[in-house]
Amino acid sequence: MSVIIRDGKFHQDDWMASGGSFHDFDAMPLRPHDFELDHLGIDVPNSIDPNSLSGFVGEVSAIRIPFPSFADGRGFSIARVVRRMGFTGLLRAHGHIICEQYPLAVRAGFDEIEISDELARRQSEALWADALARINVTYLERLQAGMASAAA
Amino acid sequence: MYVYQEFDEAFVRERVRQFRGQVEKRVDGALSEDEFRPLRLMNGLYLQLHAYMLRIAIPYGSLDSAKMRQLAFLADKWDKGYGHFTTRQNIQFNWPQLTDVPDMLEALADVGMHSIQTSGNCVRNVTADHFAGAAADELEDPRATAELIRQWSTDHPEFQFLPRKFKIAITGSPNDRAVTRAHDIGIRMIENDAGETGFEIIVGGGLGRSPFEGKVLRDFLPKDHLLPYLEAVLQVYNLAGRRDNKFKARIKILLHEGGLEDFRERTEKAFEEIRARFERPAGEMIDAIAKWFEPPVFNNVQTHAFDKALDANPAFRSFVETNTDEHRNPAYAIVTVSLKPIGGTPGDATAQQMRVMADIAEEFGHDEIRVSHEQNLILPHIRKADLPVVYERLREAGLATANAGLISDIIACPGMDYCTLATARSIPIAQQIATRFDELKLEHEIGPLKIKISGCINACGHHHVGHIGILGLDKAGAESYQITLGGDATETFALGERTGPGFGADEIIPAIETIVSTYLDLRDSEEETFLEAFRRVGMTPFKEKLYPEGKSGEARNAA
Ligand code: SF4
Repeated sequence: MSVIIRDGKFHQDDWMASGGSFHDFDAMPLRPHDFELDHLGIDVPNSIDPNSLSGFVGEVSAIRIPFPSFADGRGFSIARVVRRMGFTGLLRAHGHIICEQYPLAVRAGFDEIEISDELARRQSEALWADALARINVTYLERLQAGMASAAA
Repeated sequence: MYVYQEFDEAFVRERVRQFRGQVEKRVDGALSEDEFRPLRLMNGLYLQLHAYMLRIAIPYGSLDSAKMRQLAFLADKWDKGYGHFTTRQNIQFNWPQLTDVPDMLEALADVGMHSIQTSGNCVRNVTADHFAGAAADELEDPRATAELIRQWSTDHPEFQFLPRKFKIAITGSPNDRAVTRAHDIGIRMIENDAGETGFEIIVGGGLGRSPFEGKVLRDFLPKDHLLPYLEAVLQVYNLAGRRDNKFKARIKILLHEGGLEDFRERTEKAFEEIRARFERPAGEMIDAIAKWFEPPVFNNVQTHAFDKALDANPAFRSFVETNTDEHRNPAYAIVTVSLKPIGGTPGDATAQQMRVMADIAEEFGHDEIRVSHEQNLILPHIRKADLPVVYERLREAGLATANAGLISDIIACPGMDYCTLATARSIPIAQQIATRFDELKLEHEIGPLKIKISGCINACGHHHVGHIGILGLDKAGAESYQITLGGDATETFALGERTGPGFGADEIIPAIETIVSTYLDLRDSEEETFLEAFRRVGMTPFKEKLYPEGKSGEARNAA
């Protein structure tokens, strides 16, 4: 079983509970017409060139990106690319993410994180909430808005 | 010099608070050692041979007296009274207790310093020409750009868990003192035909076990495009860099295996997409930051003190000859303060010496100090008229060794004395070489000669780019030192060439002597430097002397 973290709280898997699904991206037809798009999610491997998702970001409702190890940061780039492509659906990180990475994940564009029960036991809901609270202090978002730290 | 703004301050304080929490979490088990490791590494805390080591960033190598005094305070309070300046413009403390580290970080935050991203697989401390803002040959002070890159790379959400560490260096001068060709990204400020300044972007350089010279990815990048372009390079690397083998994970391997063209194509594509994300051209932000790096108000009054001292004091004259460089203001000089006293540990400074540096900088040096990648300190703005006094003050503190750029100005990594990865000692070799040539009184006659020593194949001592490089290996339980000749870290970059089989610990000093005497015998004139002579004559004459008959490479290997 797994635990979903969203907005700093532990949740059930609401996506699955409401009829959502995740299909293997590699097994998908070229365009995903055959599925019920409202409930269609895809599992993309983190070895993917995210540009190959361009035909899908406007169609599918959820994308799940694996983190085989917390040290493997490819998922952060994939998340930023699919958001840049205009994907507005549910973006979920899945696997070995630790609470210290939660702010990065949210800033990269993830809505929620799916972790194992075992990890959830070691890192309590309070720790995740605490980690999320730090998110207001960031450089990149300021620079993107043109604000270098420079004012006299 | 750049002063922390409210935002920087809040950010750093927050990180200290977080790290305090992380240490607590580690202690009560919420974080496993495996999980704690990258977090302490992101805060510059390593586990060394004997103790933890804290590595503190000195962004683009710039310090002022307040920062230097605080480093002295840390050295006294939490270390053994000294600190070690590194080849990446960082300072390391080798003896902190884990539970003291949050307090050390708090003390650093008090002067706008931190240890964020000084290790781990992220963008590391951005380094720059240590003569920035003072050098006579400079096109533009690179530090404003370096500061923008510091802000951009700090806590970047996408690039904290890269395949491997990532190092960026920048120079604003045609004479490359920042080793831009041996960095993951090297940036050279250049002028195009229209007279605009921009950047030459070099990627995939690096030393380590497979050394590569960086390649030009973009020959002219307009300033305004800097951040999206860097972001594109990092994104391509983050997605495509190898993660299956940590020794093949640096960007240089990706370039080597996939080719420059393919990498360029991917980067340009990503760049086009990322551009729109940055609302304001980087050039404007660099300009806004640049006001923090405006040159000081120089005092151009000259006195006879300088010329008098030159005449009267040969030691002073010798110091001026070796340890000062041309300043853009002719009334001034750039002073290199050698942290290589004969027989000392390269890069070490005591708390007392740090305070002396702070005092001098404050009193005579427009409050500026730099750390060079050659593990020396720099006083970038010293009025020539003040030089005699400054020299005396340095001398009293044991800081006036007149050897900058000479054979005893050696870069050496910590090696077996501190480092868990070492296969041989490097500091003692540096000490022995310096002591030996001091005895021979040949140093000044030999002239410019850079020796660089690494205690293992990871090459932290930059041995590949030493005029003479020494790499310490372990051969069946005994130290064996491999020599390379002809390396060059500057704009005429070259990787050194191996002489042949290695030398034992008791053979390496005589071998270096042989190389030096061979050079002295064959040089054209006193003006021909070691590197120039090597380029002219090649390896053969050195080989012949190093491996005389009966001791040829094959014979030694077979023995
Ligand atoms: S070169 Fe090797 S021994 Fe020297 S500091 Fe680096 S890892 Fe340690």
